Amino acid sequence: MEYLRAFCVGGALCVAGQLLIDLTALTPARILTACVVAGVVLSALGWYAPLVEFAGAGATVPLPGFGHLLAKGVRTALEEKGAAGILTGGLTAAAAGITASLVCGVVCSWVGKSHDQN
Amino acid sequence: MKMTAKEYGRRVRHAGPSSALGRDCLWAFCTGGSICLLGELLRRRFLAAGLEAELAGTLTSCSLILLSAVLTTLGWYQKLAARAGAGTLVPITGFANAVVSAAIEFKTEGRVSGTGAKMFLLAGPVIVYGTFAAVVYGVVLWAMQAAGLPLPS
Repeated sequence: MEYLRAFCVGGALCVAGQLLIDLTALTPARILTACVVAGVVLSALGWYAPLVEFAGAGATVPLPGFGHLLAKGVRTALEEKGAAGILTGGLTAAAAGITASLVCGVVCSWVGKSHDQN
Repeated sequence: MKMTAKEYGRRVRHAGPSSALGRDCLWAFCTGGSICLLGELLRRRFLAAGLEAELAGTLTSCSLILLSAVLTTLGWYQKLAARAGAGTLVPITGFANAVVSAAIEFKTEGRVSGTGAKMFLLAGPVIVYGTFAAVVYGVVLWAMQAAGLPLPS
């Protein structure tokens, strides 16, 4: 059951992105940026945490989940460390994902060959 | 066979794909859903292994990023993305794909100003505006705290 919820919520978030691609002239970079900022805003309003509770990876794997991670990190750090947490909390929470992507990027650039994008 | 322009238009619409938008959305839903389902499978595995929730989530993201990096290097992720659109773009695997494919694509421009700089073509704006929005949120919370207002739960 929880797998069905992850599938449906994750799929629905991707459909929202697809509608932005098909119905507007936004570039992928703008859409992903909008996704992350939307995640921060929804998390700030207290709406994203219940979605994570409901759908698990269905809410954390799509990019709005990345925004939620940043917002949650800032909030937790602010409570624990005071004002300095505003500056440290976000990227600390997101560090693993960003670092993993960058390390993969460097390593894959050693072995990878350029592919036709289609 | 003779037919009017109107009849021709009707037949063309009939023979073509029923709706490009509907097909794109179905692909996005199924592919994006499947990636999240895989994530949930991994997360349950990590939780069952006795890891705490936060660490399990972090390892799930890192596993998917690693998988996406391998598929991108092989050129398979791009093939799937041509069909799945936002289904492969919106999950964290799409972020990893953007970083890795740019790192490979631009290595001809050099290790520093090619790979090193162009990795951030898509990841840069995402990180910049995500962090900025989170800091604005932090400042608002801080101001509310200072004013003695109760924080929203």
